[in-house]
Amino acid sequence: MAAPPPKVRRWSWRSQAFRGLVYQIVALLLVLAAGAYLLHNTLENMRVRGIKSGFDFITQPAGFSIGESIIPFDSADSYGKAFAVGLSNTLRVAVVGIVLATLLGTLIGVGRLSRNFLLRTLCGAYVEFFRNVPLLLQLFIWYFILTETLPPIEEALRPLAGVYFSKNGLQFPIPLWAGAHGFTLAGLALGCLGAWVWSRLRRRHFDATGIARPLFLPGLAILLGMTVLGWLAGGSPAELDIPEKTTLNVVGGGSVTPEYLTVLIGLTIYTASYIAEIVRGGIQAVAYGQHEASAALGLSRGMEMRLVLLPQALRVIIPPVTSQYLNLTKNSSLAVAVGYPDLVSISNTSLNQTGRAIECIAIIMACYLTLSLLTSWFMNAYNRRALIKER
Amino acid sequence: MTSSDAAFVPVASRPPPMQVRGVLPWIRRNLFDGWANTLATLVVLGLLVWALPPVIRWGLVNAVFGADNVACRALAESGACWGVVAEKYRLILFGRYPYAEQWRPLLASLLMVSAIAASCYRPFWRAWLMPLWVVVLATFFMLMFGGRFGLAPVETSSWGGLPLTVLLSTVSLVVAFPLAVLVALGRQSRLPGIRTICVLYVELIRGVPLISVLFMASFMFPLFMPQGTTIDVLLRVLLGMTLFTAAYLAEVVRGGLQALPKGQVEAAQSLGLGYWQTTLMIVLPQALRLVVPAIMNTFIGAFKDTSLVTIVSLYDLTGALQLAMGDANWRKFFFEGQLFVAAIYFVFCYAMSRYSRWIERHLNTGTRRM
Amino acid sequence: MSTDDPIIEFAGVNKWFGEFHVLRDINLRVAKGERIVICGPSGSGKSTLIRCINRLEEHQQGRLVVDGTELSDDLKAIDAIRRSVGMVFQQFNLFPHLTVLQNLTLAPMWVGRVPKKLAEERAMQQLQRVRIAEQAGKYPLQLSGGQQQRVAIARALCLTPKIMLFDEPTSALDPEMINEVLDVMIELAGLGITMLCVTHEMGFARSVADRVIFMDHGQIVEENTPDEFFNHPKNERTRDFLSKILAH
Repeated sequence: MAAPPPKVRRWSWRSQAFRGLVYQIVALLLVLAAGAYLLHNTLENMRVRGIKSGFDFITQPAGFSIGESIIPFDSADSYGKAFAVGLSNTLRVAVVGIVLATLLGTLIGVGRLSRNFLLRTLCGAYVEFFRNVPLLLQLFIWYFILTETLPPIEEALRPLAGVYFSKNGLQFPIPLWAGAHGFTLAGLALGCLGAWVWSRLRRRHFDATGIARPLFLPGLAILLGMTVLGWLAGGSPAELDIPEKTTLNVVGGGSVTPEYLTVLIGLTIYTASYIAEIVRGGIQAVAYGQHEASAALGLSRGMEMRLVLLPQALRVIIPPVTSQYLNLTKNSSLAVAVGYPDLVSISNTSLNQTGRAIECIAIIMACYLTLSLLTSWFMNAYNRRALIKER
Repeated sequence: MTSSDAAFVPVASRPPPMQVRGVLPWIRRNLFDGWANTLATLVVLGLLVWALPPVIRWGLVNAVFGADNVACRALAESGACWGVVAEKYRLILFGRYPYAEQWRPLLASLLMVSAIAASCYRPFWRAWLMPLWVVVLATFFMLMFGGRFGLAPVETSSWGGLPLTVLLSTVSLVVAFPLAVLVALGRQSRLPGIRTICVLYVELIRGVPLISVLFMASFMFPLFMPQGTTIDVLLRVLLGMTLFTAAYLAEVVRGGLQALPKGQVEAAQSLGLGYWQTTLMIVLPQALRLVVPAIMNTFIGAFKDTSLVTIVSLYDLTGALQLAMGDANWRKFFFEGQLFVAAIYFVFCYAMSRYSRWIERHLNTGTRRM
Repeated sequence: MSTDDPIIEFAGVNKWFGEFHVLRDINLRVAKGERIVICGPSGSGKSTLIRCINRLEEHQQGRLVVDGTELSDDLKAIDAIRRSVGMVFQQFNLFPHLTVLQNLTLAPMWVGRVPKKLAEERAMQQLQRVRIAEQAGKYPLQLSGGQQQRVAIARALCLTPKIMLFDEPTSALDPEMINEVLDVMIELAGLGITMLCVTHEMGFARSVADRVIFMDHGQIVEENTPDEFFNHPKNERTRDFLSKILAH
């Protein structure tokens, strides 16, 4: 079998290949020319206005403090560290938001398919309401509720023992880190391993004999059991840092600010409404014939759900849900409007202070682009694996 | 047993033994079908009974509707103060536009909204729609800018409220749409140079939040202008929003292009139609019809996204609300103001999503399979 | 060009899809007015062969001359050839957003620069020829499969082509509709248009074809008159194929 011969190019306007080449060259030249023109103007303007450029400001002291962060930061730390804090704040709200939004969205999506009319209508109303109002307005509303309608910290609400809810945010007990907790973590890791081993053994047993041993309860028992054993082995450290209410304040414990809560609650509820629609669509997309075929084969409801419905529904659901996760992460940038110090907010402050507009904006765009590309890459990998092979 | 001598007697249709129509069977099926269902009904009814009366009491019964600050304060949280709307609605709806001239943005918005509504109605899709739009846009800008026909000039920095929201969404969508189609076609192109440019544009813009694009527009566009010239704030933001919306629309259109069967293009080619003839007459009419729901969703999203211009200090509907609540007297009743603005957005967006469903049904009657 | 010259000539034509050698050393001459049926197993390259004729596929090696013009990268040549070659597809490929009449008048108006009235007149003539004139105002998806394919044939005829290519025109039709389409094709065959038809309908081949060509693995294995081809197949592979499709 001979290999294809090399292409022969003809240099004439009537040749398809030549025309294509000309179009591309023209397009590239136009783009480059436009780019050069803009660059020239920019450099001119920067020179005239005395704007300096360059990323050297990253190592200089920031000169502003940040409202909240999980790594200690003060105004003497560099801009670079400030950006890192901003990124950590963004991730902090995005990851928790993604988890909560998925749970809430799935519940509501399934609720919309319920046979109960009231439940269907309620879930439908939820989706319609939160999808048709801009997110920014929703954030303002939540911010108002959390900062104006809640009592001041002297009269904080106490929904549970040790949990305080007020204008200044939410305070809750957190365990004090002791070295012994390392054992607990080790126990957790061993428990995961054990559960995985159990699932493999169970699978092998099923393939060999056709008897299905339960997966969920024993697996959970192993996980929890090993964690508890680890905790016991470490001397069962049980100290909690519990917030205590004094006359004017609540001291101790872990806390989250109302800004964080606003962004978290707003993002979760907004994104959950979109996820609900996607989940609903995914479940409905699995053809009814699949349900009939499963019933004809004698599969129980649970087996049908696990083996037939969910795998197919998930294939339809996961790509759009992943893009909703990305949207949630990008929407967290609205935090700048309510004063939560996320990446965009800190970049804005730095921009105002240093005047290095292009650099600061470039940093934000680079960070978000990286997150987007990572997510796209992951989703493409999943798609390739999960794609139902067609002819 | 032979059936040959039994003559065939047709059986007339009879009603079913158990009632399927009517209110009672419906209630039984939808609310009390099985114990889980019944439990859910009871829980939801219980929630409603617990939550609804206080809300109605707060919102309607105890509420103050007039613009009476004293009465509102006397309420002390037991009722809603809708008076804040009565007092501040002009500021919320029109922003910082001069008080005496506010009939102009009102007229301009009504004009624009009517033009949009007319464009949605199928019998109006004729050749005179294009020139009509040009006239409407020209009139809109003339009313808002002023400076002629005896109208006092008003700068774009004073524009605000609903007209600004309508302007931003309409203009950015109208300009973004053709751009998006071109970029989507470019992404499908066999020419790698053009394809790369389009892919870079779409992925770069889609990967970043709208806020950063608006910041870029706000801070960087003035630097892009030749030395000595300035670019209007509104124009910068409009440009930023257009570029952003076009990237998302391009992906939607691309989905439609990919869903079109390849045979359509082959048939057109075999008939001798050229690239642009094929694209304009065969590919686009079908591809766009395929993705009407997604296009409408993008439109609704763009309308909601205009609220973000608040962050770059343009006072659209959301921003004007922030302005209105600067007044310390009425600050306590921010919530009622927010609900008012939320209701406005909701009405617009809900209308658009209903329209989307209608037009999807309508456009597909010609292509529905028998 | 004298009347003895073939209207289509393949000389050493080879085509690759990537690494896959789909057409191998094709040598074929089609005389004016000749009716050829091409058959073979799926994947043998028969569709690719006829799609090369109107440049829906590009060949990489060899010479392909259609109606006196050589097919190459030259856009003008491709346009000229497409105006004299009509094609009918397996999936009909009618434009669903246009009425039947609009489907037919589109190309003459926009490519042939025929004024609208004249184009519509000619379109109605073609619709009458395929016996479907009463459906002129309907949309394609409102018609049955057989009716759609007849409209597709009429659409291709509107450009008064010298050559008609058929790519498995009846394969996507329900059995009861195959005959109405074959009848139209038989009528066309009597008009003197050069026809190349890829099909599995051997009855059609027997009654209409001047030549039957059998292709396998990208090569022309055997070509002969229908009589000789069906009754005295020379090649082992031809015999094998015939036994499979003529079984019932």
